[in-house]
Amino acid sequence: MSARPRLLSWTLRIASIVFVFALWEWAGRIPVSIAFPTFTAAMSAFREMILDGTFASAYAETIGPLLVGVLLTALGGMLAGLVMGLSPKAEWLGLPLFIVLQASPSAAIIPLITFIYGIGFAAKVFAVVLLSAPVIVLNSYRGIHNTPRSLLEMSEAFLANRRQRIWKIVLPAASGLIFAGLRLGIAQGFTGAVLAELIITPTGVGDLITFYRSGADYDYMFASIFSIVLFASVSLSLLQKLEQRIFRPEMRPT
Amino acid sequence: MNHPHTDTGPRSTAELAPEPAVRVQDLTKEYPGGIQALDKVTFDMPKGELTSIIGPSGCGKTTTLKIIAGLIEPSAGEVMVYGKAVRGPGPERAFVFQEFALLPWATVLRNVAFGLELRGVGKKEREDMAREYIVKMNLAGFEDAYPHQLSGGMRQRVGLARAMAVDADILLMDEPFASVDEQIRRKFQEDLLHLLSVEKKSVVFVTHSIEEAVYVSDQIVILTRGPAHVSKVVRPGIDRSGDSQEIRRSPGYLDSVENIWDELREYLEE
Ligand SMILES: Nc1ncnc2c1ncn2[C@@H]1O[C@H](COP(=O)(O)OP(=O)(O)OP(=O)(O)O)[C@@H](O)[C@H]1O
Ligand SMILES: [Mg+2]
Repeated sequence: MSARPRLLSWTLRIASIVFVFALWEWAGRIPVSIAFPTFTAAMSAFREMILDGTFASAYAETIGPLLVGVLLTALGGMLAGLVMGLSPKAEWLGLPLFIVLQASPSAAIIPLITFIYGIGFAAKVFAVVLLSAPVIVLNSYRGIHNTPRSLLEMSEAFLANRRQRIWKIVLPAASGLIFAGLRLGIAQGFTGAVLAELIITPTGVGDLITFYRSGADYDYMFASIFSIVLFASVSLSLLQKLEQRIFRPEMRPT
Repeated sequence: MNHPHTDTGPRSTAELAPEPAVRVQDLTKEYPGGIQALDKVTFDMPKGELTSIIGPSGCGKTTTLKIIAGLIEPSAGEVMVYGKAVRGPGPERAFVFQEFALLPWATVLRNVAFGLELRGVGKKEREDMAREYIVKMNLAGFEDAYPHQLSGGMRQRVGLARAMAVDADILLMDEPFASVDEQIRRKFQEDLLHLLSVEKKSVVFVTHSIEEAVYVSDQIVILTRGPAHVSKVVRPGIDRSGDSQEIRRSPGYLDSVENIWDELREYLEE
């Protein structure tokens, strides 16, 4: 990308953010509901919660299960996708399971987790895995399954062994879809973690929401929700940078 | 398979010659789905020569080349490389793909060096070798470019350089000059001839262009419309010592072009 379109895309991005915030402020001032604070009120609550360490201690509790869950699913899911993409038998066995899992309303299953995993760390991890696994597995599978035949043939002609074929052809070719799956999976996993905190174990960021809602502190509640959105978008864009660095240098804007 | 040779094809004359680099014997290929692409294709490719394969579009040229490369298994018949039956790809053969098959996420330098990378050659060494062919293929200055930043002709040259860089004895080229204009095409033909005179390789070269085939080949295998079999093998016997313009105007060259036209016309009209 040259400098001009880049400048333009940044201007557009900032403009759309400003627009959304302005809309928020306006809706808060009407107000559309007594439970809907203005943007400025939510932001001052946000600032306060950063400064007094509320966020730090809440996120410390949420991030643990999220990281463990997403890492487990990312590794397991990519592996499952790889195996399913490379072996027709595993494809036959595994694919329907994940398609059904993806289509099912997993959030409804979350309360059931307590029966097996109780209400601790493991329950949260399981909620993360439950929500993030299908999209990660299916995307890895699709990416790997659709590796261009011409590149596989080329690597064969130049005598690639199995390992080289996977690392130098299949994974880079599939990386776009794999990382798209990871991004969606992390977003889903985040939902899983917060849902678990809302539904089963009142801790972490989910508990912030519950707590401020019950006290009708809507500024703080919205600040908590805002922090989740912010946290999710920052981690997702970091992930995209990582992908470009590892696999697809040609897509890096110069 | 060792049938007694009773037919009078090109093979019987080659019997007298030394062992060919590649012997293609009764190749038959039926794709899953019932499309028959080849029907007993037989020809020899002498060592150190350039053999062209020419024939109507879709007749089975790529299929033939890929079977020689060991990328596709024939339904019947076999390919011998230096007297040994082909069971798969080998280091003595390198392929130039019709659709380039470059890694979109790798630079020109890495793409050219990719064959060597797969063979485990160290980074410094393989990049030095790659640079050599990048210069020979007139790609200097584009080492760090990605394929999507190159023109079709340049991508094709990256594919050529990649095949040259592994230093295989036998080059299998599938329409290597298809995506360049006539002027550059002629320059490539010169470059190829020059390269071959220096590097001593045996080449199979698929092309759509009769003029190109006559100009660069020692031997031309003409295939029929699919399912292909060998219609005729022609040795143009062009004297390439002179200037290229002169060669293209010489009676020998023009006669060969005309002959092949006549041979192929049969399959085009129907
Ligand atoms: N993988 C495949 N599966 C089924 N049929 C195929 C396959 N590859 C090629 N064919 C068929 O085999 C025939 C020969 O194809 P091939 O690509 O060898 O022709 P070609 O002579 O190289 O054509 P072109 O001049 O257009 O490159 C065609 O009819 C084609 O449709
Ligand atoms: Mg072809």
